[in-house]
Amino acid sequence: MTSAQWFSGLWAYWLIIALMMVGLYIVIARDNLIKKVMGLNIFQAAAILFYVTMAKVTGGTAPIVPHDPAHPGGHGEHGILYSNPLPHVLMLTAIVVGVATTALALALAVRIHGDYGTAEEDEAVIYDREHT
Amino acid sequence: MSSATTILVALLLPVLAAASCQIFGRLGHPNLRDVATPLIGACTFAAVWRLGGEVLADGRPELVLFEVLPGVELAFQVEPLGLVYGLVASGLWIVTSIYAVGYMRGHHEHNQTRFFTFFALSIFAALGIAFARNLFTLFLFYEALTLLTFPLVTHHGTDEARRAGRVYLGILLFTSISFLLFAILFTWRLTGTIEFTPGGILGAETSSGMVTVLLLLYAFGAGKAALMPFHRWLPNAMVAPTPVSALLHAVAVVKAGVFAILKVVVYVFGLDLLAGSDASLALMTIASFTMLMAAVIAIRQDNLKARLAYSTISQLAYIVLGAAMATATGVLAGGLQIAMHAAGKITLFFCAGAILVATHKKKVSELDGLGRTMPWTFAAFFLASLSIIGIPPLGGSWAKWYLMVGALETGFAWQAALLGVLMVSSLLAVFYLMPVVVRGFFATSPTAGPSGSAGGDRKPIAEAPFLCVAPLVLTALLSLALFFVAGDLASLLSF
Amino acid sequence: MIEKILVLEVVLPLLAAPVCVLVRHPRLCRLFSLGVVAVCFAIAVAVLLEVRGGGVISYQLGGWPPPLGIEYRVSTVNAYLLALVTAMALVVMSFDSRGGPPRVPEQRRHLYYAVFLLCISGLLGITITGDAFNIFVFLEISSLSSYILVSLGGHRRAVMSAFYYLVMGTIGGVFFMLGVGLLYQVTGTLNLRDIAARLEPSLDDRGTVLALALLVVGISIKLAVFPLHHWLPNAYSFAPPKVSAFLAATATKVSFYLLAMVLFTIFGAPFVFEELRLQAVLLPLSILAMFLASGAAIFQADLRRLLAYSSVAQIGYMTLGLSTANATGLAGGLVHLFNHAVMKGGLFLVVACLLYRVGSVHIDALAGIGRRMPFTSAALVIGGLSLIGVPGTVGFVSKWYLVSGVLERGWTAAAVLILLSSLLALVYVGKVVEAVYFRKPAETQPIDHVREAPLGMLAPAWVLAVAAVFFGLTTNWTYGVAREAAELLLAGGI
Repeated sequence: MTSAQWFSGLWAYWLIIALMMVGLYIVIARDNLIKKVMGLNIFQAAAILFYVTMAKVTGGTAPIVPHDPAHPGGHGEHGILYSNPLPHVLMLTAIVVGVATTALALALAVRIHGDYGTAEEDEAVIYDREHT
Repeated sequence: MSSATTILVALLLPVLAAASCQIFGRLGHPNLRDVATPLIGACTFAAVWRLGGEVLADGRPELVLFEVLPGVELAFQVEPLGLVYGLVASGLWIVTSIYAVGYMRGHHEHNQTRFFTFFALSIFAALGIAFARNLFTLFLFYEALTLLTFPLVTHHGTDEARRAGRVYLGILLFTSISFLLFAILFTWRLTGTIEFTPGGILGAETSSGMVTVLLLLYAFGAGKAALMPFHRWLPNAMVAPTPVSALLHAVAVVKAGVFAILKVVVYVFGLDLLAGSDASLALMTIASFTMLMAAVIAIRQDNLKARLAYSTISQLAYIVLGAAMATATGVLAGGLQIAMHAAGKITLFFCAGAILVATHKKKVSELDGLGRTMPWTFAAFFLASLSIIGIPPLGGSWAKWYLMVGALETGFAWQAALLGVLMVSSLLAVFYLMPVVVRGFFATSPTAGPSGSAGGDRKPIAEAPFLCVAPLVLTALLSLALFFVAGDLASLLSF
Repeated sequence: MIEKILVLEVVLPLLAAPVCVLVRHPRLCRLFSLGVVAVCFAIAVAVLLEVRGGGVISYQLGGWPPPLGIEYRVSTVNAYLLALVTAMALVVMSFDSRGGPPRVPEQRRHLYYAVFLLCISGLLGITITGDAFNIFVFLEISSLSSYILVSLGGHRRAVMSAFYYLVMGTIGGVFFMLGVGLLYQVTGTLNLRDIAARLEPSLDDRGTVLALALLVVGISIKLAVFPLHHWLPNAYSFAPPKVSAFLAATATKVSFYLLAMVLFTIFGAPFVFEELRLQAVLLPLSILAMFLASGAAIFQADLRRLLAYSSVAQIGYMTLGLSTANATGLAGGLVHLFNHAVMKGGLFLVVACLLYRVGSVHIDALAGIGRRMPFTSAALVIGGLSLIGVPGTVGFVSKWYLVSGVLERGWTAAAVLILLSSLLALVYVGKVVEAVYFRKPAETQPIDHVREAPLGMLAPAWVLAVAAVFFGLTTNWTYGVAREAAELLLAGGI
């Protein structure tokens, strides 16, 4: 594999990695809790995209088996190329987990805002130092 | 009563004593509490004595409780060395518990119930060490003894006591965990067993370097033996009430250390493996150094208890030296010294305590002329000093005698050096012990002269309470008696 | 029969949680969750007895056989963890926290129990399932509920700690998910045994190595392996004390199981420890954790923070056992799971007792408390001795096998370091014990009003204290099972 192929053939992964790093960077670099949550979301979305790209088979169609009177069970060879359904299904769960995480994170952020009067992490740290 | 039951009874009686202390103490019967302890102590001694009969008849009473780790049992076995240590610890406990009553009351100490409880529990741990059948059991009770004596050292709760307690725990646990436990695990790794076996468990194929490292790990790991440079805990432990210093820091605790070393030399290494080896030489050097160094430091101590503590460090090195010789005579000398030094040193501490109770004086330089007002105490001090120095007809002389015989037997080119060390050390003992007696009897008391009335309404100095004086006279006589029964002990300890 | 009961282990607490939400009666909910946890414990013990000696119980969810369906599969390794988690859950649940966490008003307390049950269900699910993605789902269930539990602590910083924990935990979770995805890409299956059978790991296969890296880092965050432990001290010290006790005793233990399972079952010891030589990283990190975290514990003025840092150090002992990759060392690590759960759980329950009576667990506030609360303080001493590893306590058993395993490997220096590090534990435990027994209470903080903790609190704390001594003297059950589990793991099974 030449380096050009290495890059172009795997472009989706490079994109995902870039997206992931963007998310991680926001989580680390931003003090605002809401922005942190956003970063976390981007990070999670990148992982979900990873599963989705992985499941895509080039030229494959949605994995819905067409009705075939000869085979009432619906199984069998039709010469149709499907994408892999399993990772997609898994990602439904992952999205639910992501939503739950976001909801909880936002709820905590609201609570922190109520307690500290700010949603900025650095200000909260200063507040803690002054009010021990 | 089967021998296994006897071992169990001997071990559990001190626990019973501790329980009775708690019960009577909490119910508000200090008198019952203080009577119960010596009584139970006497029973304990009787139980150990009974085991002694079997050991003399070449029996080895055993008690296996249960398996702790696969291949490692909590098990006890009485053999001669352990018997001597057990007899010394339980026997002197009776005397000390009587003395402690006089001392604690005379000195108006607080928290007496806690004190007596932990005291009894410490004896339990000491007996556990004495009868341990394997290194695990030994280590278990060894650590228990450290922890159970900690509340006794910090008894006063002052800053000084707490600092001393920290040093005490720090050094003892540091040495035992990083050296002793490591040595035990290494032995387990090498041989697959940690049972004490006559003739040793380390095979002859063990390399000489490995033997040396292991022996030093064991010797320093038994930090209670107070080998330099891990001796600092002992002078620090002197902040404890004097009965603790007397029984624990002259007898039970420190002897636990040297006993462990003796046990390991005889039953883990085996005399054949060690005799004449580099390991033996290395340990002898360390023991000799400790012996002389501690004696020199002792001379410079003005605090009587500190002086006695350094004397203990020096005298313990005799036992380590005996073990390091790795000859039958050396081990015999070590075993004898355990008993002889115990009787002598406990007397000296009793005297120091009695002086403290009667006069509130702690320093050697303040003792001028006290011998005339406290004749019994100072006479006992004199007798015990002779025993420690090693002058016949007192028990201590036998230990020194056999040690010298052992030194001649070693066959090292430098046996002359060993003899020299022993003699110089005895001479130094004269220098640090005799001044006390000399000051007591021959110096004129600054308060006895015409200006003596400057004390005003302070009551005149007299002997300490009877309960303090009687035990110290008893143990002083014991030192004397031991000279005459040493033969029996020697035949018991012949390997 | 037993495989049908097996599924109840996860399903019961999972269903009990919404029931609690519906019941809305705090005391009823407490009794109900206690009952559910007790049943789970009984099942776990039955399962453990069944699989000991090499048995395996397998249950196919919905009757779908693997690799299509999800399989619940239990051998000695998971059964050991199941028993551990349920036992700790039972003891902690039975602890009478007198009104639960301060931030939860009486009329909402049923939700607290619901979250607690969800957390237990998640932890049990991770342990029991034989499906990689299913592990991720349960991991997130348990993590999400533990974020909530942590945020219920009384101090405002509890919420902040929970947020931080959430961020770290989510990153760890996503890493884990990516790792599972890569494994799926390589092997085409999610069933753990199938993955293990099809995977032929080699250093040239970037996908496999990356999967291993992602999984190890992801789990390490949840396990709080040094230096990924930052979330733990805050989370444990600001969470409600009962929650700290529960999480300290179970959550990190399950993560440890996960790590062991990934390394030994999926990738296999030969690849991880001979080709990749993971121990070259794991061993130094473990030793650093033992020393730096213990060192940090020494300087903590708050008992809870002190214990939390000590937890990080103790995790170092566990991962050290893992990196020996021999039966003795790994069994030492596994037995330390149980031992540490017993002592740290017990200590955090003691903290809860002290907080309830004294109102603070600042070490200065505890001066002289030994006379006012003798039983609580005695339990504290036993737990402390166990942390040091004094013989006759569980801590000693762990240390014995860890050092034996390390010596077997020929790492003499590491053996010395293990023993030396336990001296740091001596320092921080000594500091607390000295304050409790030998220091006079400060004039500004009179403790005359302080009484012994109520029986409902003392009893669970003492159950764990007694267990710390009992299992320090008889190791047939703990070490016996751990040894069997270790041998199973080394052989690549679960």
